[in-house]
Amino acid sequence: MAGVKTNKGPLIYRQKLATRITHWLWVICLFFLLLSGLQIFMARPDLYIGKQSGFAFDNSFFTIGAAFEGSAMRGFTEIFGYRFDTTGWLGAIWVNGNLQGKSFPGWLTIPSYRDLGSGRVVHFFFAWLLVATLLGWLISSLVNGHLRRDILPKPSDIRRIGPDIAAHARLRFSHGRDYNVLQKLSYASVLFIALPLIIVTGLCMSPGVNAMMPWMVDLFGGRQTARTIHFLTMLALVAFVFVHIVMVLAAGPLNEIRSIVTGWYRTDPGLEPDPAPAPEPETT
Amino acid sequence: MRPLDITRRRFLTGATVATAALPLSGCFDAAGRRDGTVRSVLEYANSLTYRVQRLLLGSNSLAQEFSQSEIRQPQRPNGSTNPQDANYLAHVASDFSNYRLAVTGLVERNLSLSLDEIRNMPSRTQITRHDCVEGWSCIAQWTGAPLAGILDAAQVKSQARFVVFTCMDTYGSGFAGGVPYYESIDLADARHPQTILAYGLNGETLPVANGAPLRVRVERQLGYKMAKYISGIELTATLDGHGQGKGGYWEDNGYDWFAGI
Repeated sequence: MAGVKTNKGPLIYRQKLATRITHWLWVICLFFLLLSGLQIFMARPDLYIGKQSGFAFDNSFFTIGAAFEGSAMRGFTEIFGYRFDTTGWLGAIWVNGNLQGKSFPGWLTIPSYRDLGSGRVVHFFFAWLLVATLLGWLISSLVNGHLRRDILPKPSDIRRIGPDIAAHARLRFSHGRDYNVLQKLSYASVLFIALPLIIVTGLCMSPGVNAMMPWMVDLFGGRQTARTIHFLTMLALVAFVFVHIVMVLAAGPLNEIRSIVTGWYRTDPGLEPDPAPAPEPETT
Repeated sequence: MRPLDITRRRFLTGATVATAALPLSGCFDAAGRRDGTVRSVLEYANSLTYRVQRLLLGSNSLAQEFSQSEIRQPQRPNGSTNPQDANYLAHVASDFSNYRLAVTGLVERNLSLSLDEIRNMPSRTQITRHDCVEGWSCIAQWTGAPLAGILDAAQVKSQARFVVFTCMDTYGSGFAGGVPYYESIDLADARHPQTILAYGLNGETLPVANGAPLRVRVERQLGYKMAKYISGIELTATLDGHGQGKGGYWEDNGYDWFAGI
């Protein structure tokens, strides 16, 4: 295990500068995008399927709201017609000792109070930064080999899926230079599926972009479906970040964090710089 | 080793969650303070969005239009839906028979148009999707006079950059009464073929809730740019001198002037 001092392998340079910079830019972007996005969502805490929101018909499947039971306000969250009481968490929030009709508590939104205009300003700033970060990451990772070596799974990686799942399930990690196949697949999914999807569905919410590329919003089944996918992709990214943090904690947080700050990573003994004698036979 | 390890993990997890949650409570409210440096930096993104959309979008791309069958409900009214301003109520009482639309500012000819004159101009009918800044959408059919035709009739001077719409509804109430709604768009949007002064909605006369007698439709922007109850159009070179100078009622309240996203 990491941190067992008597049993150390060598330090290796694992994370390149571009990887480290873009990693922390993503942390900043996703943090602000999530909290300002929830601020924006508060203005209409409903999700719909289709081209428009149903007012005279029902095409919503998710709602956060508040309702009165007698004189008492209760917060609720409704998913596919099933209603859950979420008083204090979602829909009705305690503010200075009083319940207030509000989708999210103040600590979950930027700004902490209700301000759609400011939420939009924050969201679009970090949306631009996210797009720039993704492009910067893509270019630098193509150039420095990070993409080929660490992100795109090779056929040999795919064969290791079974053993790798078993190792993760037992929280038993090896600390080498290379990413394991689950890491590769999850990072590739985030970088090539989730982030592009959340950017494109975000653009689908722009009437200007819709005029320029109407086929794009049609591809997602209409503007409101695109908005719903934007929201669901956010949930997927939150889940990824959560699992990512749990994995860092389980794999030895100090070593993992050092590698994404300084680039240097402590490997397991016997796993010296590169365990595979010829990692890229085609290039030798 | 294992139990100790788990304890350490739990401690670190708890500590991470606690430190992650701490800064959230209001620490980023600086973004909401509209005169702050943080805010002015963040707002560069809005100018960037405007420039990029103008560059990529060009002036001719049309907003999506829909079929009659996609009108599944009445157009949801929002914002002011029943103005109580005396001047407006008088117009409602007389069925807008004394209504005139004033076209002024940087034009060769000031215009004062009656509703009949506007209805007799070339018209355009379009079924479009109204996207509210709040996040909802609604499809409806709009009929009106293209703004470009009115601008041509008034002969816009070359110094003009913006079209400012003055409205008959007011928001809230202060010592000096309510704050009048107003909005502005640039000439690229003003001359766009789908930008109309609408007097018809879903085949009927535009109702009060949706902005009677005339409202703006700027289909490539969000709902708050589409001023209702308009009484005047002013061609200007700058947005100063109207409201707080940000270009609209909502813009004065912290919303972006270019609402193309």
